[in-house]
Amino acid sequence: MDLTEVTGCGVGDVLLAGESLAVSFGPTPALVDASMTVSPGEVVALLGPSGSGKSTLLHCLAGILRPDGGAVMYRGRRLDQAGDAARSRIRRDDFGFVFQFGQLVPELTAGENVALPLRLSGVPAGEARVRAGEWLERVDVAELAGRRPGELSGGQQQRVAVARALVGGPRVVFADEPTGALDSFNGELVMDLLTSTARQLGAAVVLVTHDNRVAAYSDREVVVRDGRTAQAVPA
Amino acid sequence: MSVPMTLLGLVDAVPRHGYEVKKVYDAHFGGERPLKVGQLYSTLGRLERDALIAPAGVGQDGGPERTVYAATVAGRGRVESWLATAEPDAPYLQSVVFAKVLLALMSGRAADRVLEVQRAAHLVLMRRWTVRRREAASTEAMLGADFVLFHLDADLRWLDATAARLGRLAMELGQ
Repeated sequence: MDLTEVTGCGVGDVLLAGESLAVSFGPTPALVDASMTVSPGEVVALLGPSGSGKSTLLHCLAGILRPDGGAVMYRGRRLDQAGDAARSRIRRDDFGFVFQFGQLVPELTAGENVALPLRLSGVPAGEARVRAGEWLERVDVAELAGRRPGELSGGQQQRVAVARALVGGPRVVFADEPTGALDSFNGELVMDLLTSTARQLGAAVVLVTHDNRVAAYSDREVVVRDGRTAQAVPA
Repeated sequence: MSVPMTLLGLVDAVPRHGYEVKKVYDAHFGGERPLKVGQLYSTLGRLERDALIAPAGVGQDGGPERTVYAATVAGRGRVESWLATAEPDAPYLQSVVFAKVLLALMSGRAADRVLEVQRAAHLVLMRRWTVRRREAASTEAMLGADFVLFHLDADLRWLDATAARLGRLAMELGQ
């Protein structure tokens, strides 16, 4: 696959970067000075203890949260300075999300949940249904397409969430503790699925975890402590 | 546990005579196996022969005069290099890494860096074994990889627990 076509960047270029990010929630600093880069197609784990600022950093990089200081660069442009509509469009068209509890829409079936990002991007209903079906097949839950999230196990919900995150061909997938609510066996299955299919698509993955075995699915890690990104130690 | 490196580290942290080296070693590293006097002095002898330590005066402590040893420049360099190098995965990894952490604290060095170096090396191993697990041709091979991964994970959790307690450890060491 030609990553230049997929990403608009040269292979090895920086796709997404956070530079000296600072965020406070009231008087409480969540990020003090956090910097990191993500290249096309790479899987990066944000590691650190609870409360270190990992999720806040992920939310800044994903354009969900505007930082109080610093900059977020996406494909060479300031994401943090973009308007709400522009950021929503980028999140919808370029990013995929997998959260700890799936965050599937409870009123929709598994198939409808996976088709949702496509429908929001203007893909016709018929085509969205077919593509969603293909993705449910890919994550091995095709037979569950007609069920609602409440009728699925935790592991099944996360597979549907992975399919939903990848169906639109995102450039970056953001996963915040994607296996946090799963037993280790199902966690391994979900991580295998998420990272191998993202790599097949050429999508980068930014992954928040406190679990070393989950971090081991990444290409490299960024350690976050007390709101700062620590200098990487070459191994 | 590397006795020569631990003794070198103790003498590097603070110049000491042999009796004091044994006292500190037994208190922090000996566990149920105090250092034998014969091993202590033969190891100090080898370190001196290799020019890693040298006599640096005499001490008394209310008893007979004893030779105080200090690390040489070469000895200090050897300690720096040892602390900055990750240990290969091995059954007694914890005792070696713990010795390094204590010695780093005793000598005013960055003990958290020792843990980070080890952590980075472990994560590299975990990545390799995660790939091997994914590519395993049989359940037996997958379980073999799982065994290694669970052990590496246990080591990493201990490294994290130690990192979280460095402040308290330093305080208890009087650093």
